[in-house]
Amino acid sequence: MSASSFAEGKATIASEYSSEVRREPIEHQFNPYSDNGGTILGIAGKDFAVLAGDTRHTTGYSINSRYEPKVFDAGDGFLISANGFSADGNALVKRFQNQLKWYHFNHGKKMGIRSGARFIQHLLYGKRFFPYYVHTIIAGLDEEGKGAVFSFDPIGSYEREQCRAGGSAASLIMPFLDNQVNFKNQLDPESNGTKKKELRYLSLEEVLKLVKDSFSSATERHILVGDGLEIMIVTKEGVRTEYYPLKKD
Amino acid sequence: MNHDPFAWGRPLNETYGEYNYNIANASSVTSHRNPKMATQQPIVTGSSVLAIKFKDGVIMAADNLASYGSLARFDNVERLLQVGKDTIVGCSGDISDFQKIERLLDDLEIEDGYDIENYELKANHIHEYLSRVFYNRRSKMDPLWNSCLVGGFDADSGEPFLKYVDLLGVTYGADSLATGFGSHLAIPLLRKKLDSDDAVKNLTEEEGIKLISECMKVLYYRDARSLDKYSLAIIKKDDVKLIKGLRCEDMSWRFASGIRGYGN
Repeated sequence: MSASSFAEGKATIASEYSSEVRREPIEHQFNPYSDNGGTILGIAGKDFAVLAGDTRHTTGYSINSRYEPKVFDAGDGFLISANGFSADGNALVKRFQNQLKWYHFNHGKKMGIRSGARFIQHLLYGKRFFPYYVHTIIAGLDEEGKGAVFSFDPIGSYEREQCRAGGSAASLIMPFLDNQVNFKNQLDPESNGTKKKELRYLSLEEVLKLVKDSFSSATERHILVGDGLEIMIVTKEGVRTEYYPLKKD
Repeated sequence: MNHDPFAWGRPLNETYGEYNYNIANASSVTSHRNPKMATQQPIVTGSSVLAIKFKDGVIMAADNLASYGSLARFDNVERLLQVGKDTIVGCSGDISDFQKIERLLDDLEIEDGYDIENYELKANHIHEYLSRVFYNRRSKMDPLWNSCLVGGFDADSGEPFLKYVDLLGVTYGADSLATGFGSHLAIPLLRKKLDSDDAVKNLTEEEGIKLISECMKVLYYRDARSLDKYSLAIIKKDDVKLIKGLRCEDMSWRFASGIRGYGN
C-alpha cells in the first residue's frame, strides 16, 4: 500500500500485512515426540546383572517428578528400561510385558534372555518408520546363568555387551565404564607398560560402587539427571531393588 | 474407438485453459491441492490445573475461564470432572477436546457398570485409560490437545493417587502437580510446603485449601489467561466435595498503577 493509495482514499487499514495474499496454508506441524531426560545403566557380572536408572522426569528445563521409576522387572528375571521419550518407553515396556504373558500361555515356560532380546528387536523395528524414540537396555541371566546385558538403538539394532549406559548422560558415563569395566587403556603395572590389564569379572560390590559413582558424577554435570537412583539387581535368587538419593538441584 | 471416458484424457490446456480447482470448492478438490489435514491447534483453551496430595486425599483446583486466543471468551466453564465415586479429572488445553474426554469417560463408566457389577473405577484405572487414549491419538498424529491431572485413590493400596497425562501420552506422578503456567508459577510454592512424604502425611485439609487458593491468586496475578473465579475439589475416601464459584480474595492490585506501557 503506497502513499498514493492513501491519497486516493482507498486505504482504511494501518498495516500492509493484512492485505497480503497467502497462497498456501500456514503449516503447523504437531510434534509427536518430546525428551524426558534421565539416564540408565546396565552392567553384567559373572552370575548377576544390574540395571539402574535415575528417577527424575523432565520436559525442557522443568522437573515434572522427582520419583518416576523407569527400570522395570518384566518377569522371568528380565529387567528392562527404555529411556528417552517416556510415553514411547512406557508403551514399549507394557507391550513387552503383555507379550511375555502370552508367551507363558502359549508355551508354558520361561522366556530366555536371548529370545527376549530378539523379540524387542522386532517390537522396535516394527515401528521403523515411526520409531519409539528410546534407548532400550535389558538385563538378566543367560542360559548358563551368566549375567547378560543387551542394548538396543531406537529402531532395533542390538548387541550383547558387558555394560552399557543409555539416555541423556550416556556420553558422560560410557567412557568411564569402558575404563572401569572393560579396563580400556589400563596396563598391567607389573609389566612396566608392555601388557594390557587382564579382563576379569567384577564382584557385585564393585559393580554397585561403579553404578553409584557413575550416577552421582552424571548428576553433577548433567541437568537432566538427579533426584534418585534406583538399582535393580538380578541373581539366581531373583530380583531386588535398591534406592539411593541423588542431589535434587 | 475406445469408449472408456477415462482413456480420453483431459481437455487440452491450450484450448480450454487450466482447470479451475475452485469450482464449487469441492472438498476432494481442495484436498487434492493442500497437504493432508492431519494437524490442528487448540482453539478455545483452559489454563492451569493445580493439585496436591494431603493427609486424607487430594485437593484440586482450576479456574472457570475458557479463552479464545487472548479473548476471555467463556467465564463459567467447569474444568474439573468427577468420574466414579472418588476421582476427579482436571483438564487444561482445548475445551472441545475436554468435552470429548467427558463423553469418553461417561461411556466408560456406563460400559463398565454393565460388565462388572459392584466394581468401581478408581483413579488409577481412569488415568491408565486416559493415557492410552492420549497416546493412541498422538500416534495417529491427531492428538487430543490437553494436559490432564487425575486425582483420587489407588485401587490396590488405597493411598491417595495423583498423576498427570498430556497430549503426547506422557505420564508422571508426584505429591504436587500442575499443568500449563501453573507448572512454572505454582509448583515452586507447592513443593516448598510438600517437600517430603511426611509433609504430605501431616498436611491437613484446611492447610491444603489455603495453599491451593494462595496459588490460584498468584496465577491470577501473573497468568493473563486466568480468572479469579475457580472451582475446588476436595477428594477424600468415597467423598468428593466440588466447590464451585470460589473467588480469589485479599488481593492487592496497588502495584498495577505503577506499571507503564501497554496503553497507559
